[in-house]
Amino acid sequence: MAKVLMKGNEAFAAAAIKGGCKYFFGYPITPQNEIPEYMSRELPKIGGCFLQAESEIAAINMVYGASCAGARVMTSSSSPGIALKQEGISFLASAELPCVLINVSRAGPGIGGIQPGQADYYQSTRGGGNGDYQVLVYAPASVQEAVELTANAFEIADYYRNPVMILGDGMIGQMMEPVELKEPIIRDASPKTWALTGTGGQRTHNTIKSLALEPDDLEEINLKLKAKYDVIQEKEVQYEAYNLDGAEIILVAYGTVSRIAKAVIDDLAALNIKAGLIRPITLWPFPYKAFNDLPATTKSVMSVEMSFGQMIDDVKIAVNGRVPVDFYGRTGGNVPSPEEIVCKVKEILGGAES
Amino acid sequence: MTVVFKKSVGLTDTEQHYCPGCTHGITHRLVAEALEELNVLDETIGVSPVGCSILAHKYFAIDMCEAAHGRAPAVATGLKRVHPDKVVFTYQGDGDLASIGTAEIIHAAHRGENFTTIFINNAIYGMTGGQMAPTTLVGQIATTAPKGRDPKHCGFPLKVSEMLATIEGAVYVERVSVDTPANIRKAKKAVKKAFEIQLSGEGFSFVEILSTCPTNWGMNPKDSMEWLKENMIPYYPLGNLKKPQEAR
Repeated sequence: MAKVLMKGNEAFAAAAIKGGCKYFFGYPITPQNEIPEYMSRELPKIGGCFLQAESEIAAINMVYGASCAGARVMTSSSSPGIALKQEGISFLASAELPCVLINVSRAGPGIGGIQPGQADYYQSTRGGGNGDYQVLVYAPASVQEAVELTANAFEIADYYRNPVMILGDGMIGQMMEPVELKEPIIRDASPKTWALTGTGGQRTHNTIKSLALEPDDLEEINLKLKAKYDVIQEKEVQYEAYNLDGAEIILVAYGTVSRIAKAVIDDLAALNIKAGLIRPITLWPFPYKAFNDLPATTKSVMSVEMSFGQMIDDVKIAVNGRVPVDFYGRTGGNVPSPEEIVCKVKEILGGAES
Repeated sequence: MTVVFKKSVGLTDTEQHYCPGCTHGITHRLVAEALEELNVLDETIGVSPVGCSILAHKYFAIDMCEAAHGRAPAVATGLKRVHPDKVVFTYQGDGDLASIGTAEIIHAAHRGENFTTIFINNAIYGMTGGQMAPTTLVGQIATTAPKGRDPKHCGFPLKVSEMLATIEGAVYVERVSVDTPANIRKAKKAVKKAFEIQLSGEGFSFVEILSTCPTNWGMNPKDSMEWLKENMIPYYPLGNLKKPQEAR
């Protein structure tokens, strides 16, 4: 298929339909509105259903219902809207229900602003709701990567019976880039024999539940979830390692910031500073193994984020004290400029201009 | 020997956890019997709430899921939109539906979602131990209203059926009670009617069932029935509030 120029949000929506999405429940919030608008136009054409809910809370619970019914379903929102959905996300994870969630994140806290932000790292990767649970979190750095991750997300969600989140910041959602919509990678998920369809007189009744009052019963459920999360951590890690050989400093960045980091690496090369980049594509599971073989030349690993430093926690776990971990970030909807990052790198390396 | 009465096949043999004298058991039976008589048990999907009846899925022999507190109408919306040809119902108490879930029930009615809600109004929070509900009567003692409900402090009891009846998409709204055999028969009729309306695709159907909670009311089952009759029915009058032909 030839490439077409698409806005990130519309590309998310088109890719979701490519991935088999037939049901969408959402609530308006900037900067993701093109996703529900696209779905309201396109889903009826394929025999699916778009419904605007009365709130984010209702939307995620409609997702829960449609997932119980065995459908491929998604919702999208932006940071404070995702915060409202966390109750439902915890329920979905608890009941092992597949769904896809898109967060076109903006700056916070509170209602914050509508410019891009990455301060949703914690609420995405640390289980934004209650209890021990995880959702798979993918962070695309381009519209092309966004469509591939989104189209594949439904297969992955069904395969693991788990919610999958695509965390694209407002910049990814709002910019236009040429994209090619590809067929999803098929995962061979088991048939949804657990779904609520009415027994049809063919089987005993199915129950989908979250409550377990006996501590031993609940622990057993949690151990089963943990075993699944362990497999995901083993098999689903994705990252890009760029220019690491001989690097004095390794930048760690995801999404929009990772693209700025690549420009910074070129700028630093012009100053005779060798820099590399580790770009997590999966935020959970985090690519800890990408940090296993840091080059002997590396003096610092620096997390660069549109936040006051959230991913840096995982970077510190990954580096485990071998070299200093530094940080540069902007918030409020500000995007770090290459100049600012170069300046910070020079400060860290002691002004190592040749 | 002639069998004159038997348990609906819509109910499992599982022993129910409800307190002695609690009317959930009666209402479970009415729902199962109505679905059985309509021959749709195999095509029905139910949603249980958060509250005492969260475990309803253990007692109904039909496909069911639990919903987060108050969210059953949103969950039922998702289920029904995927399976418009199946019978979908929510079973919710007054804490769940009339307090934390007001937005979800109003908007399900507002959209005219073609499912049925069975609303258990016993004027108190049961599962959490007798706290005040929006439906708690003026002067009624609750663990969070130790001197009785004071409307100056926390308002008058909420009449959910009257409120929902004003909504265009709610095509059938009826309030019934399970305090006497005669009223139980009327309740059964209303529950069946609600499912019939769903089967005909007419829109949102709602049955409020005045119920008892002897444990948290601090009364024996017999006195609870009397208390319901003397105190709840005057404030929450029984009868139909809306029928399909009246829904424009």
